[in-house]
Amino acid sequence: MRLSALTGTFVAACLLAGCAQGTGDSEETSDASFDSSADLSGEVQVMGFGAGDEIATERLELAEEELGEAKVDLVEGDLDIQQFLSSVASGEPPALVYAERSQIGTFASRGAVVPLTDCIEGEGIDTSVFRESALGEVTFDDEVYGIPEFNVVQLTQANADLLEQSGHTVEDVNGSDWAAVLEANKDLMQMQGGDLATIGYDSKLPEFLPLWAKANGADLISEDGRTAQLDDPAVVEALEFAVSVYDAQGGFGEVKALRDSADFFGDGNQFASGSLGAMPMEQWYVSVLNDVSPDAPMAFDTVRDLQGEPLAWASGSAWAIPKGSPNPEAACRMARVMTETDSWMAAAEERVRLREESGGLFTGILTANEEADEAIREMAPTDGDSVWSQAVAAMYEANDHTFAMPANPAGDEFEQAWQDEVNKVLNGQKEPADALADAQEAAQDALDEAWASWDEK
Amino acid sequence: MSTATAPGRRTRPATRRRRGEGGRHQGRVALLFISPWLIGFVVFMAYPVLYTVYLSLTDYDVINDPSFVGLDNYRELMGDEKIRLALRNTFVYTLMSVPAQLAVSLGLALLLQRAGRAAGFFRTAFFLPKMTPPVAVGVLLLMLLNGQNGLLNEFLGWFGINGPNWTTDPAWVKPGLVIMSLWTVGASVIILLAALQEVPEELLDAARVDGAGWWRRLWHVTVPIISPAIYFIVVVDTIASLQSFTEAYTAFFGAGNTTYSNDAALFYAIYLFQQAFEFLHMGYASAMAMLLFVIVMVVTAVQVMLSRRYVHYTGGAR
Repeated sequence: MRLSALTGTFVAACLLAGCAQGTGDSEETSDASFDSSADLSGEVQVMGFGAGDEIATERLELAEEELGEAKVDLVEGDLDIQQFLSSVASGEPPALVYAERSQIGTFASRGAVVPLTDCIEGEGIDTSVFRESALGEVTFDDEVYGIPEFNVVQLTQANADLLEQSGHTVEDVNGSDWAAVLEANKDLMQMQGGDLATIGYDSKLPEFLPLWAKANGADLISEDGRTAQLDDPAVVEALEFAVSVYDAQGGFGEVKALRDSADFFGDGNQFASGSLGAMPMEQWYVSVLNDVSPDAPMAFDTVRDLQGEPLAWASGSAWAIPKGSPNPEAACRMARVMTETDSWMAAAEERVRLREESGGLFTGILTANEEADEAIREMAPTDGDSVWSQAVAAMYEANDHTFAMPANPAGDEFEQAWQDEVNKVLNGQKEPADALADAQEAAQDALDEAWASWDEK
Repeated sequence: MSTATAPGRRTRPATRRRRGEGGRHQGRVALLFISPWLIGFVVFMAYPVLYTVYLSLTDYDVINDPSFVGLDNYRELMGDEKIRLALRNTFVYTLMSVPAQLAVSLGLALLLQRAGRAAGFFRTAFFLPKMTPPVAVGVLLLMLLNGQNGLLNEFLGWFGINGPNWTTDPAWVKPGLVIMSLWTVGASVIILLAALQEVPEELLDAARVDGAGWWRRLWHVTVPIISPAIYFIVVVDTIASLQSFTEAYTAFFGAGNTTYSNDAALFYAIYLFQQAFEFLHMGYASAMAMLLFVIVMVVTAVQVMLSRRYVHYTGGAR
């Protein structure tokens, strides 16, 4: 596609928007009456959710039972923001959307989704069971705009054979001692004919800067989501450390090229092929590794801060009701059933059954619902001798020590601002302090502009 | 007699009326036939373009009503460092890709001309990649041009050349994208092949008799004669290059990729897309679209002016 197709899309959006002028600034006049005992009817069109596995289908079946006469219609695939916003602008939104939690603040600030206070009260959704960080990520200006589900956290994942050969242990690469990480990095990395053949340690920049900053005691953004803190010396120090890991290996370009060449989801993955020593990585990759290379020599631990405490940067999904939803009552009930403890338990039991059938291992599910997490934790092997049990145990430990980015109205711009500048450091164009000072300015401008628009409403 | 002349006087206006009626009728029929296009043009081109001009003067986030901000978006454009970066990337890519695509297309077309009966097969073979979805080309780019185990570097290795990291070294990202753009030169090859087949053999024979070698015949006879086709390809490829989006977006900005190499692969259309659909700055993106429109117009106008000097049409027509 050249720009012609892009223009077509743009034009379509303009047309829709043109037709929908005037919908935006009007007050939300929903007369929805949320009641968990009410009989429901009509259709619940859901955008962004796919029933791709048993975790989805089991919960969906339960939701459909609870919805009674109301029928669910899934628009599968990841949420297409343009399609969603255009549908809201044109006055024909879906009843319910399934989005990344980091998007909820932006949607809320634009008036694309509605506060869920009435929905939560009417349907009796127990918000106390949700993880604080997950609920915080969907709470914008003191109002809850999304019902959270799933939690994505990071673990230290390492090749045990390479660690042993280099005289190190997983404790050396769990992040609790940056000097130890750098030392292990040098010992683990291998060169062949002038090229990098084994990555010693991959600090996963640019995307994991928030994790390294938090490990050093700093947040990229203030708790209220209004102030960028990218030029905090602790953030600069974190970036310097994470970049130095690459510098010791010939630069980020070398590491990235080798990283990209791995058969990431196959049995030739970087751990099975011995082309990576260690890295922080999301917990779902444990399940992938267990599935495709169960005999890979793995070692797991949580990622730790400089005090040695477990640490993870949590993200996940959330259910939200669009402005103008044609069936908010049914949408709210669906969000409730999909995220309540009993539904998660049913889904987990089905997964355990299927894994037993196929001879695989149940590696747990992080639901963002603490009650469900605790119950499911009992079903997962966290106390066995195998490395996979250790992985699951580490995953649950990480899940208990998470932080999240607060909801803000300029989420994408904020992220783009610091990622652009981190890339310049990785390219060798800028020094970390200069780059983060520039990122601070760009990010704060974006936040100020977005908050000003919101505050004026 | 008077009766004889009277009808004659009456005949002329009647004929004119018939012709006039016929002309109007034909006009109405013509309008009827082209009306689907006209309606499509007004609804899908003219109105959206005018609406984009209007949006470029507003602050608009898709959900809320546009608010008029005058020329603020254009003023912001002038001070936006990323606009300059994106334009520079786009121009550099265009300056590399258009000549490269033309040279490769012409080379392949010249080879095809000599392919004899096999020309049909090769013509199809060269054109087939054009059918590849650009998203797939973006993914292919990452695989073929990987600095560690990509096919291109494997190939270069046979000649003892240690290939660069095409996808991660900012200095090599644009050349890598240019190489991938050669994947789809099939259409240009077909156009140039058709033009080559129109070159009069007697002119080439005359040049041979005068002692001109292959290169002089190509440069002084063939190229001037096929210059209209070359001109067409240059104009079309330039516009396409200035609007490059999908391959670079898929490779460096799409889902699953980090934004590394932003600096090198951030084309204007990608930044426009980000502003419109990621940051929801539709007004600003509309101003960017208008700027791109002006740039394309200016570049094309320069090419048209240059064509008067360098493009030779047979029969004296220009």
